[in-house]
Amino acid sequence: MTDATMAYADGDPHHLRSAAAHVGPASKRIVTGYGFWIFILSDMVMFSAFFATYAVLLGQTAGGPGGRELFDLRNVAIETGFLLASSFTCGLATIAAGVRSKTWFQIAMAVTCVFGLAFLTIEGREFASLVARGAGPTRSAFLSAFFTLVGCHGMHVSAGELWLLTMMAQVFAKGFRADIQRRVLCFALFWHALDIIWVAVFSVVYLLGSAI
Amino acid sequence: MSDEVQGFDNRADLAPGDEEEASIGSRLLGYVVGLGLAVLLTATSFFVAGTNLVWQPSIPVAIIVLAIAQMGVHLVFFLHITTGADNTNNILALAFGLLIVFLVIGGSLWIMANLNHNMMPMDQLMRMQR
Amino acid sequence: MFGKLNWSAIPFDQPIPLVTGAVVLVAILAVLVWVIAKGHLPYLWDEWITSVDHKRIGVMYTLLACVMLLRGFADAIMMRSQQAIAYHSQGYLPPEHFNQIFSAHGTIMIFFVAMPFVIGLMNLVVPLQLGVRDVAFPTLNSVGFWLTATGALLVNISLVVGEFARTGWLPYPPLSELTYSPGVGVDYYLWSLEISGVGTLVAGINLVTTVLKLRTRGMSYMRMPMFCWTTLASNLLIVAAFPILTATLALLILDRYFGFHFFTNEAGGNVMMFMNLIWAWGHPEVYILILPAFGIFSEVVSTFSGKPLFGYRSMVLATMAICVISFMVWLHHFFTMGAGPDVNAIFGIASMIIAVPTGVKIYNWLFTMYGGRIRFATPMLWSIGFMVTFILGGLTGVLVAVPPADFLLHNSLFLVAHFHNVIIGGVLFGAFAGYTYWFPKAFGFRLQEGLGKAAFWFWLIGFYVAFMPLYAVGFLGMTRRMQHYDVADWRPWLLVAAGGAVLILIGIIFQIAQLVVSIRHRDELRDRTGDPWDGRSLEWATASPPPVFNFAIPPDVRGEDAYWGMKSRAQQQDLTKHEPDYEDIEMPRNSPTGFVCAFFATVTGFALIWHIWWMVAAGLVGAFATFVVFAWRDHDEYVIPAEEVARIDRANLAERRALAGLAGRA
Repeated sequence: MTDATMAYADGDPHHLRSAAAHVGPASKRIVTGYGFWIFILSDMVMFSAFFATYAVLLGQTAGGPGGRELFDLRNVAIETGFLLASSFTCGLATIAAGVRSKTWFQIAMAVTCVFGLAFLTIEGREFASLVARGAGPTRSAFLSAFFTLVGCHGMHVSAGELWLLTMMAQVFAKGFRADIQRRVLCFALFWHALDIIWVAVFSVVYLLGSAI
Repeated sequence: MSDEVQGFDNRADLAPGDEEEASIGSRLLGYVVGLGLAVLLTATSFFVAGTNLVWQPSIPVAIIVLAIAQMGVHLVFFLHITTGADNTNNILALAFGLLIVFLVIGGSLWIMANLNHNMMPMDQLMRMQR
Repeated sequence: MFGKLNWSAIPFDQPIPLVTGAVVLVAILAVLVWVIAKGHLPYLWDEWITSVDHKRIGVMYTLLACVMLLRGFADAIMMRSQQAIAYHSQGYLPPEHFNQIFSAHGTIMIFFVAMPFVIGLMNLVVPLQLGVRDVAFPTLNSVGFWLTATGALLVNISLVVGEFARTGWLPYPPLSELTYSPGVGVDYYLWSLEISGVGTLVAGINLVTTVLKLRTRGMSYMRMPMFCWTTLASNLLIVAAFPILTATLALLILDRYFGFHFFTNEAGGNVMMFMNLIWAWGHPEVYILILPAFGIFSEVVSTFSGKPLFGYRSMVLATMAICVISFMVWLHHFFTMGAGPDVNAIFGIASMIIAVPTGVKIYNWLFTMYGGRIRFATPMLWSIGFMVTFILGGLTGVLVAVPPADFLLHNSLFLVAHFHNVIIGGVLFGAFAGYTYWFPKAFGFRLQEGLGKAAFWFWLIGFYVAFMPLYAVGFLGMTRRMQHYDVADWRPWLLVAAGGAVLILIGIIFQIAQLVVSIRHRDELRDRTGDPWDGRSLEWATASPPPVFNFAIPPDVRGEDAYWGMKSRAQQQDLTKHEPDYEDIEMPRNSPTGFVCAFFATVTGFALIWHIWWMVAAGLVGAFATFVVFAWRDHDEYVIPAEEVARIDRANLAERRALAGLAGRA
């Protein structure tokens, strides 16, 4: 039998037989983690749409206040500190889950929760004070964009808090089962991604908004 | 036909967010170093935004560079995204996402600036001529 | 108590929606009563509604698409008949009604026919082609389907409760802002698409992860069937583009519900930002639709020419090139809206460049056919029809990609003819090819060939008769979406176009007849081996329909056209004599999560549309509770014992051996 027919019989008519063959489907942890990673990237694209809108509407203050008048960088610094610290403690929780220590996991997650709530409280108070000053989202396109971008991030953090509490409950009730470990992995990805987006938010919105 | 497949590759991928098995100590150190670097970069960012010591036109660039650095620190130290072979799929996905982000933001800014310039109301245009 | 909802929401004064709604409601009730009376409900609940099996979900997606095709086509018949009549006359559809019809037509056809059709086919086929048991996230798959169904349900409810948007299938502000669209129509549109958009995103994540992380042993990237490559590209686009749609519609929702100023005329809003963002989604969307169709054609042309696909590597490159470039052309949808010549030129050139990889694909299909032994079964007819029709549509696309030409043709019927040319000739013909090709795999019996061929010819000729006149009338200056007109030159063309719509209607009737007849005669049309077309890829290695676990033993792939290789080797080595070692198989449990989640989504969506705030809160709480209940379950899999696996597999192998023996090929 010729080489050509062998190749044809092998279903390899173009001799594409690749050097590194494929071992088969990946493990559940990799599949779950990767799927959630793709979701995070899709979320980043959604945020980029809000960022683009903010950037385009930056100057449209309709005669009202702009970033320079409204932003309190001290507050933003404190918020940032809390969120960054919560990312760190989330990392600690990941390590605790890795070594299957329930106590450390719950402690680290509880601290993460508190730091996250501190972030949300400061942001909520900032929003409330802006609205009270007549600089609410209906004042101008710039403010609509500001509230939407920063508020969307805040809503993600709030949803993350709900998820955090659910994970604490799950580990408390069922321990470190394989599927719960996968969910902890996904939660950590989500929480860290939120901090990455916050870096973009405070840099572009608050710092650039105050400096320019 | 032999059952052996040429160039059998046994390497496994890592899930994004997972790091290679290592001792608790080295894992903790990774997060502590990440936190430290991030704090440093964030503080620098805030300082640069508020100070008069830096050449003013460079401030936006500096803030953006520092922001990218901070995101890098998060990716490496908190999300454990490395350039290893076991992370290739994760990086490719990230690269695709970043491409789309830049196309959306960059494209939108370019297009909208172009539109705003070309569709400027006549009285505004006249004011600019004077 | 019920927000803006009251009895005046029901169109008692409009006979057409009233009667249609009543008829449909009666029909649905009749079906429900029949199902329950015959005792089919437990079967439907256990085997279909709560199913997390990709094959079942794929079938349900396709069924949704076909049903919604009838609704969308009804809208089309109404538009064509109105335009045939409305010369120096108001026709029979007042403007408020006509505007809702063309808006519903576009929305339904894109979001609830084309998208579910291709997603359904990808769901059904891709895990089989990859040699695995299911997609990456089976329960999430079910959630995605049911959320899409929710969106379709909400759009249809708008026919009888309230109204639909009058803005066209993309709700451009300021018309879609509260000031100029104070009714609930735009809200129906917005919430329906936000909800089904989540479903689509979920399907996108699922299929990307499946193709990248779940392939059977030996199936490296360059050995995947072409349909899996186009699935990857299409779903990468879904993951990249749908978040932009979600964000943009959210901005419009914020404007309408909370008085924000993104797209208003006052307080600094920028109307063009909506156009920019929505088309940044909208252009990738059409490639999301066409890429799976390209993949279907690769499979069909190769199978029915009896040859491997020509130029596999260049096909892969072309597919991924289309994937990336499709994100760089979106401005060509608003050339005329104020951009300067530099911006227009760059996007115009990019739009022409993207035609090149498509041309590469067409040549590869032609070269696949050349030298092959072509069988002109119905799927192959659809493919050849596609090639001619899509080339024509693509050429007119390159024509309008030239900005100066587009200044004359934008929003004329020339444009309408172009996009119907490529969507019908490309996406729909591909979907029909896939439907006839994979129907035996899904249900175990083939579709009747004669009726299929008749359906094809009526669709093909009907399409040309319906849409070629629209090119002409576009050149004669007719704008789209006209409820009446008084230019004498246009009338003959529009009459011909109406005739074409009737021909297509006959084609659809043939398709329905084909289904009914095939079901009646399913025993004669039975596919006993699982390989009715002498296929080349792994889905044909399974029984028709495949067992729930797809493959008793995960296949080991040695090259491209994996199943063809197996068949050739089996012939040489008579592998059918050796029985493999069967093992227990774990499969995911069915779950009502998807259906229940969609129920709460429907409640929440309806409540948001009608401003019934307590119902919104209840719906959201319910959705979260569903999620927690799902997360709390302890047993998410069940085991199929090895003996059962063996029994099922042996039965199929026996059929194949018997038929091979009859054909003298053992």
